[in-house]
Amino acid sequence: MTVLADPPSTRAETPAPQSRARRRGFGYPRRASVWTYAALLAVVAGSVFPLYWSLVVSSQTSDAVAQVPPVLIPGGHLFDNIARVFDSTDFAEALLNSFIVSGSVTISVVFFSTLAGFAFAKLRFRGRKVLLVVAIGTSVVPQQLGIIPLYLLMAELGWTDRLAAVIVPGLVTAFGVFFMTQYLGRAVPDELLEAGRIDGCSTFGLFWHVVLPAARPAAAVLGLFTFMQAWNDFFWPLVVLQDNATVQVALSSLASGYTTDYTLTLTGTLLATVPILVIFMVLGRQIVGGIMQGAIKG
Amino acid sequence: MAIPALTARRARLNRLDTKGSPYLYVLPFFVLFGAFGLFPLIYTGYVSFNDWNLLDAGSHEWVGLANYRELVRDPYFWNALGNTLSIWVLSTVPQLLAALWIAHLLNHKLRARTSLRMGVLLPNITSIVAVTIVFTQLFGRDFGMVNWLLGVVGIGPIDWQADTWSSHLAISIIVAWRWTGYNALIYLASMQAVPHDLYEAAELDGASSAQQFWKITVPMLRPTIIFTAVISTIGGLQIIAEPLLFAGSSTPTGGSDRQFQTAALFMYEQGFREFRFGYASAIAWTLCLVIAVFAIANYLITRRIANDEE
Repeated sequence: MTVLADPPSTRAETPAPQSRARRRGFGYPRRASVWTYAALLAVVAGSVFPLYWSLVVSSQTSDAVAQVPPVLIPGGHLFDNIARVFDSTDFAEALLNSFIVSGSVTISVVFFSTLAGFAFAKLRFRGRKVLLVVAIGTSVVPQQLGIIPLYLLMAELGWTDRLAAVIVPGLVTAFGVFFMTQYLGRAVPDELLEAGRIDGCSTFGLFWHVVLPAARPAAAVLGLFTFMQAWNDFFWPLVVLQDNATVQVALSSLASGYTTDYTLTLTGTLLATVPILVIFMVLGRQIVGGIMQGAIKG
Repeated sequence: MAIPALTARRARLNRLDTKGSPYLYVLPFFVLFGAFGLFPLIYTGYVSFNDWNLLDAGSHEWVGLANYRELVRDPYFWNALGNTLSIWVLSTVPQLLAALWIAHLLNHKLRARTSLRMGVLLPNITSIVAVTIVFTQLFGRDFGMVNWLLGVVGIGPIDWQADTWSSHLAISIIVAWRWTGYNALIYLASMQAVPHDLYEAAELDGASSAQQFWKITVPMLRPTIIFTAVISTIGGLQIIAEPLLFAGSSTPTGGSDRQFQTAALFMYEQGFREFRFGYASAIAWTLCLVIAVFAIANYLITRRIANDEE
């Protein structure tokens, strides 16, 4: 069941034609009633509302946020407020930092996860199974609780307040390795690799010429996941990047003044969310597919 | 004469390539995890047996179990642990139930199927910081929309940060809002894997759709439900960013009376505000133990249920 490897199988979700011909009430999944749609629309409205609200607030003047009853329609002051955000903090630098961090982490995670996934899925070596289980198992380790020595380590390396402190620990992830192992196991036929070997390809040659091109669809999904995760990462950057904030850290300091200017803060929130939203709009279908696929395997 | 030697060398290189390459390819992951994941966590144990002050040029002194002895007598720690468990239960239980219900709704023949799924997932791709900031505004005492709505039905303005129950409820809503849709998609994936003939047989026996849901869907989903419960446990017991930001200031005490300070937030306060690295490490290791106990308990329950089904 994957959106990526074999698109026709996604159609298995929609019922086979003959079930339509059956008596009403049969055929699965069931046809949705008006109430199902109503309930789902309510859920989606609840999901969208907080973001919509930040758009409303960030496009109004500052006094609108205190109005009773609340204003529910966007106004015309969005660009004034955006200018105010860039004036009052180093938001541009924070955005740039976040792009650098998320971009480099994404490229690296995709590359190293594909490399490791290739080894786990297609190469034979001693301890393969054990190492794979260990790799997947690492994802349940509560790494957040190791931040004190991690901070000491970064201080030792002289990396505090440097983006490397956030980039390097994230260069390859357990999820990425697992995801690519799953995908490459299905997407790359063994015959193709054997043919490559007979032609005298080295292992890395196989990776470069056969595996990497075949991995492209999955690499795109993994890349998106990784980018969003890196973009949204907050706690570790907060600890280690005091004076060189990423966008989430900048946003949190915008929100934690003595008197919070909500118009300013919610405009910042909107700005910080837009890049993620753009990705989600374009490739949301693949992201949904990726999560559901991971669920079946996981 | 040179040719056989060359091919021999080539064969050796080839063998080295096929034998060695796989290890080389998986190495980056293990090195990175070892250096930045496992090592810090283990080293936390060593730090926790020391009086280790960052301000004092990183000087430290072995104090054995002193930090742990202080910890078990520290009312702030027990308070934080209690808050953690309370927020974890309040956020996880309704969240998983709601996710089950949403998955059930999504498991119909639907128009705009992908858009609905994306709509449900939207909260999960938004950052914790963004989500918490927006909700903190919505939960504002004077001008927040939640209080305005409650006011319409005659419930007086609530100072959400002020009380234990209200702050726990608000933080749990923030956590649950962000994760419900994600879990719903995971349940949906498993629901689609349930064989259709089970439902058809039940329908022939005259089972209502509610009965089918509770007698077929939920039991078939049990492994997935437990899986999500374990994952939410590991994540939920480490909650830190939401209570930190919900306070509206950068003080990591979780409110004036520490009414919503979680254990992870207490660790952060002791480590990076009080600069007591040793004590903070003792908190970290204790919390690790708590998480492990809860996760293993969940795992044992899973296995038990799986065995019962066989």
